[in-house]
Amino acid sequence: MRTLKLVPVETSIGFIRYRFIAMLVSSILVIASMAAFLANGLNFGIDFRGGTLIEASAESPVDLAGLRGRLGALDLGDLQIQEFGKDTDVLIRIAEKTGATDASNDLSAVERVRGELARDFEIRRVEIVGPQVSAELIQTGVLAVLAAIASMLIYIWFRFEWQFSVGAVLALVHDVALTIGLFALLQLDFNLSILAAVLTIVGYSMNDTVVVYDRVRENLRKYKKMDLAELLNIAINETLSRTVMTSVTTMLALLALYILGGEVIRGFTFAMIWGVIIGTYSSIFVASPLLMLLGVKRDWSGAQVE
Amino acid sequence: MLHFSNFKITGIVLLLMLGLLFALPNFMREETRLGMPGFLPSGALNLGLDLQGGSHLLLSVDTDTVQRERLEDLTSDIRLALRGERIGYSGLSRVGGDGNRGVSVTISDAGDMEKAAAVLQGLAQPVSGSVLTSFEQRADLAVENTSGQTFALRATDDAIAARNTRTVQQSIEIIRRRVDELGTTEPTIQRQGERRILVQVPGLDNPERLKALLGQTAKLNFHLVDQTVSGYAVAEGKRPPAGSRLIYTDTEPAVPYVIRRRAMVSGERLVDASVGFDPQTNAPEVNFRFDTLGGRKFGEVTQANVGRPFAIVLDDKVISAPIIQTAILGGSGRITGNFSVEEANDLAILLRAGALPAPMSILEERTVGPGLGADSVAAGRIALIVGFLAVIGFMVVSYSLFGVFANVALIANLLLIMAVLSGLQATLTLPGIAGIVLTVGMAVDANVLIFERIREELAAGKNPIIAIDLGYSRALSTIFDANVTTLLAAIILFQLGSGPIRGFAVTLAIGIVTSVFTAFVLTRLLVSLWLRRKGKPEALPI
Repeated sequence: MRTLKLVPVETSIGFIRYRFIAMLVSSILVIASMAAFLANGLNFGIDFRGGTLIEASAESPVDLAGLRGRLGALDLGDLQIQEFGKDTDVLIRIAEKTGATDASNDLSAVERVRGELARDFEIRRVEIVGPQVSAELIQTGVLAVLAAIASMLIYIWFRFEWQFSVGAVLALVHDVALTIGLFALLQLDFNLSILAAVLTIVGYSMNDTVVVYDRVRENLRKYKKMDLAELLNIAINETLSRTVMTSVTTMLALLALYILGGEVIRGFTFAMIWGVIIGTYSSIFVASPLLMLLGVKRDWSGAQVE
Repeated sequence: MLHFSNFKITGIVLLLMLGLLFALPNFMREETRLGMPGFLPSGALNLGLDLQGGSHLLLSVDTDTVQRERLEDLTSDIRLALRGERIGYSGLSRVGGDGNRGVSVTISDAGDMEKAAAVLQGLAQPVSGSVLTSFEQRADLAVENTSGQTFALRATDDAIAARNTRTVQQSIEIIRRRVDELGTTEPTIQRQGERRILVQVPGLDNPERLKALLGQTAKLNFHLVDQTVSGYAVAEGKRPPAGSRLIYTDTEPAVPYVIRRRAMVSGERLVDASVGFDPQTNAPEVNFRFDTLGGRKFGEVTQANVGRPFAIVLDDKVISAPIIQTAILGGSGRITGNFSVEEANDLAILLRAGALPAPMSILEERTVGPGLGADSVAAGRIALIVGFLAVIGFMVVSYSLFGVFANVALIANLLLIMAVLSGLQATLTLPGIAGIVLTVGMAVDANVLIFERIREELAAGKNPIIAIDLGYSRALSTIFDANVTTLLAAIILFQLGSGPIRGFAVTLAIGIVTSVFTAFVLTRLLVSLWLRRKGKPEALPI
């Protein structure tokens, strides 16, 4: 039986030769992401901004303008209504009143919305995040991403060499920056589950990078005199088939989730799909060329072969 | 790498059987599951609130109130103690940002200083509930001569911490009683951080009612109404008589009453409350009963005040102010008001459960209706099945027979994840399902690494058996390093996480461990068994 080989067993694509183009593209993307972040900011969900989110579902398609009028009459302050997945479902967001210290305002707002919608809607979900909690979530969120990156830095340092560790972490920062940039650009809801996705991307992208680095390390022991560029290129090509295979299987699972998994986790899946693409790209075009730039130890004769 | 002793094979098979045993309850119907003999695991996956519907509330206990009350008591203790010893003083007041830090007092006569210091020091008590780790008992008060003849008395950090802990624990106890009255299954009520309480109640059809029940302190007191002055006059600015104060009803418009500060009887003396109906009007009311001491006290006060009104005060609002018709000696009574049946029922619940030691506020609420939960389960299941089939198909197309081996490992992997989740009684959330689907995609990674390595070795001209052996041994360190990084990310996610995110971190972490096991051990075993049958194959179906 002939098997499908997305990447032929013998490849020798000159990835390293394109490193300057890749660096340029990556730099532009990272700068663009930062610009998008600074210009637009992130569209923080209630997890990080505080406020109220109500998901409601009606029997028939919802007249958004009419609903806006009805809820606007309740005088709840800054109100956002959007369709959610289907035209019978809506997502209502009510911003935190400025100067609020607990969730009491939000609670009464929910009660009023519930009263108004009881007739023709089923309230499917209510989320209220008070100002104290949202401030803490921002804090722990930033901390978690930093902690994740730092722990990778230390682990790779421990297992490889500092050049690998710096290269891998720069690739991670690249991935996180581009993910945040995309969310800033498209102004998608950035909530706790997106943060979870970012952390998972950190794990996934690292996984990819480690596989390539592992092969680089092996080749460093094998070909002691080979030119570094060629050596890196061989390592990338040797692992290319695996990189593509794993990306494809992960993508298959993610696509199934994105299409069939329901509206609630669509944002999460979207971020993950983006992360897998970026993570795969960065382990080939960012993490490995960075080793060129940083230079690596060539004498591994003392190192144990595992 | 390819040799498995029979002992090892038995171990792997046993482990898989164990996994199957723990995963099995998930495929059974409820009745079958509960009817199983006790020695078999019967726990199915716990569905998170986002999948079965329910409410998640994060409450904050206002412990400052308790500290403030404590300082109020302390102020009057100081007054009594100094008076008792005939020590002149002035400027007795609470100090600190919001009068919450301590009490300061200035002694009038410098000659009394020594005596005053002893008296004040005598007010300090050992911190209750502190662990006796040192011989020296820690005191709950720090008395300090701050300047000249002024003393500052400050609650020690130990005392504050002990009091906060007690307040939160009491609150949890009372919340539990209130929630239990709602008759829901398996609520989770736990302390979080220093002064927060997390309440999770699955499958609740009316979260508003839960919030109403939790939002009230429910401090009930009975006060005599001060009839020397009209409530309206005081409301308009007249000073209430000493020992009395102004409060309002919770009706619209609010009616002012002047009541005696001192309660006739406190609600702490209640032992029971239930809903009843007024025999004449059939309006709902709440019947209550005092304990012996409370009943006697209530009897005495009502006997002495026949014909006068008294106020039933709940959380500093007058519910009703009936006239005492006759002495109420039996130790029981009733509260009438404009209640609906549900309101009367809830009040009875609150009175039965007792008052919270401090007010609470709601910091966070996440409620998912049962409809959305069921939809999420259905969507998650379909996504899992489709993602699974897609990956399985792709693996067979890519690696033929070895792909089948990988798929057997993948199925075993799913079973093991389910088994571990069921065995640990961990909670499966929607992000948790996403974690499993993602694991399906990533679980094959370890096998992909191995298979690609085998292909490489074959391409390098190695003989099939050696290629397989090298493939497994050389891929091992890569698999290890690559999965440790993902595991690190999962652990950090778990630390960060609240409810659903934690569910994701847990399934991701379990998935990583089980997938490495199934990919590295199980497929290797399958390959080795296949080789035993085949002898020396010329080429590999990979």
